[in-house]
Amino acid sequence: MDSWRKNPLVFWVLNLSPSAWLIAFFIVPLALVWVLSFGEKRGLLDVAITGTLDNYARALQPLYLEIFWKSIWMAAAATLVCLIAGYPVAFAIAFAPNRWKPYLLLALMVPFWINILIRTYALIAVFRTRGYVNFTLEWIWDQAHSLLAFLGLGGYELIGARFVPLELLYNNFAVSLGIVYAFFPFMVLPLYANIEKLDRSYMEASLDLGAGHWRTFFSVVFPLTWHGALSGVIIVFIPALGAFFIPDLLGGTDSQLIGNVIERQFKAANDWPFGAALSFLLMYATFGALALRAIVAGRKQGLEV
Amino acid sequence: MAEPPAIISVQGVSKRFGGITAVDRVSLDIRQNEFFALLGPSGCGKTTLLRMLAGFETPDEGGVLIDGQDMTDVPPNRRPVNMVFQSYAVFPHMSVFDNVAYGLRVANTPSGEIGERVHEALAMVRLSEQAERKPDQLSGGQRQRVALARALVKRPKVLLLDEPLSALDAKLREAMQLELVRLQHTVGITFIIVTHDQHEALSMANRIAVMEAGQVRQVDGPAQLYEFPGSRFVADFIGKMNLFPARVVDRKGTELMVEVEGLGRLTLPGQAPHLGGPCGVEVPVGQDVGIAVRPEKVHIHSDGVPDGRIALRGRVSEVAYFGDASHVYLRLDSGQVISANIRNETRTSDPSVRAGEVLWCSWDPKDTLILDR
Repeated sequence: MDSWRKNPLVFWVLNLSPSAWLIAFFIVPLALVWVLSFGEKRGLLDVAITGTLDNYARALQPLYLEIFWKSIWMAAAATLVCLIAGYPVAFAIAFAPNRWKPYLLLALMVPFWINILIRTYALIAVFRTRGYVNFTLEWIWDQAHSLLAFLGLGGYELIGARFVPLELLYNNFAVSLGIVYAFFPFMVLPLYANIEKLDRSYMEASLDLGAGHWRTFFSVVFPLTWHGALSGVIIVFIPALGAFFIPDLLGGTDSQLIGNVIERQFKAANDWPFGAALSFLLMYATFGALALRAIVAGRKQGLEV
Repeated sequence: MAEPPAIISVQGVSKRFGGITAVDRVSLDIRQNEFFALLGPSGCGKTTLLRMLAGFETPDEGGVLIDGQDMTDVPPNRRPVNMVFQSYAVFPHMSVFDNVAYGLRVANTPSGEIGERVHEALAMVRLSEQAERKPDQLSGGQRQRVALARALVKRPKVLLLDEPLSALDAKLREAMQLELVRLQHTVGITFIIVTHDQHEALSMANRIAVMEAGQVRQVDGPAQLYEFPGSRFVADFIGKMNLFPARVVDRKGTELMVEVEGLGRLTLPGQAPHLGGPCGVEVPVGQDVGIAVRPEKVHIHSDGVPDGRIALRGRVSEVAYFGDASHVYLRLDSGQVISANIRNETRTSDPSVRAGEVLWCSWDPKDTLILDR
């Protein structure tokens, strides 16, 4: 099986194209951006690489740190929601009858066949003032209103004189929800893979020994599937941290995340060096999170990602 | 002697999975302090039955009483039984001590008592030295003993064991069989073991229920089951059996004349029905039956056969050597093959017993079983 390793020619030929791909489309562009982050804007299209650290200094100003902090906080909140909602969904799929499983997984994956932008716009249709959520709420309000009138309580305005639609869009709530919606499957899939692998008899043994379902979850299931949860947390948290069009489309004026700021530097503000510096700070933060995970996972040797 | 009361009473229990009936109207009484085995080939429903006792499966019909209480609506975590799983299910993220303590902590036992009872349980399975180890530092046999201690520390009324020895190697398995019997005597509770291994069931259990296709075929003590199987299935499943199709041709008093295909007429003492066997003395003349004899009851002779024994001549087709015993396969003149187990009582075995030799085999008519066809 490992004979191809022993033949250097085969080894190099096999590795050439992926390496070339990685170098041309990942390492080189990344290096360009990195170099750019030490440059100064000289004109509309002109950037001089002067080795200045001004861009980083500017990126670490309180204004931007605040946005960084808010982005981390929002991404963390969305990740937590994904984690809490992800476990029951992953459980439901793992414990579904075998012939249902492919369909349930498909249902989870099908939205991915539609562009994320379109799906985000669809969320607007759902959450706007005259959107489906408010339509539904209004219908319920109407029913309740008629019922109260029927009971002779119509005059007291117990539920308000008229239906007031909820402001669900263009705020931080909408942004968090959009992030949760976009990245939820990334949480469910690693969780599902781990729960599916988990020997059912561990759960049965816990029940057999007198534990209830909650106790079994926290004492047995979670400790045995936490590395799946960790994988899910990482692959939801990282893209959530860099999200820019979700806050753009669903957020209000105060919902700017670091992804928006970076996007603006490269587009509207046309300040590539500063955008590059912000990008790299974001990347260092991500590396930090990954390193932390590696350390935690490293304690438990032999665990796969 | 009064029968000890039933600790578990299975009453007309059925369980279907999709279109398959895993357990089919089973009724059983398992007595206090009994070592009871559910024995059968894989897929016979024995594990499903055990899981219904533990509460992991709900019967579609019938019910289970444990210590006189109906268990229909009682979830697994509230039943007075504990289980040792086939895979042991020892929690890999907890130490041996924590594994054993788990069931007590769940029940909010005071911590002083937990320490005491866990150490007592670990001493019982001889694992006191390994209390702080993690399961991945233990051997298979040790993991199993952790599972045993973990279940017994809860002081259940009944211990359920699902194929507990199937993952162990032969030598360890034999040691664990003795260990389990010893343990059962020590703790003095009912053990119910599920196994497909007849030797395991015969050597450990006080009583055995033989299951096939979801139904209990026979419930009896080991010796009774082996020497007086009630049906051809049980006879064939437990131990080895030489079986010949036959027909009852005549009856004289308590003796039966049977015409055996290829062997001719034999006169057999009729079995009393209470000794098992559906045929016995009441078998009507003309009935198709099977006659059977265990290989170890068949003797091999190079010359004269003692009087009063059923004797047949054949050519040795194969000799399988097992060290302590050899299985001799004799092809009879009729073409049928009969096997005889001979003990290798001396270091030099009989040179005439080898392939190609013509020999006699014989057995006592009393050792012949009359079974359904």
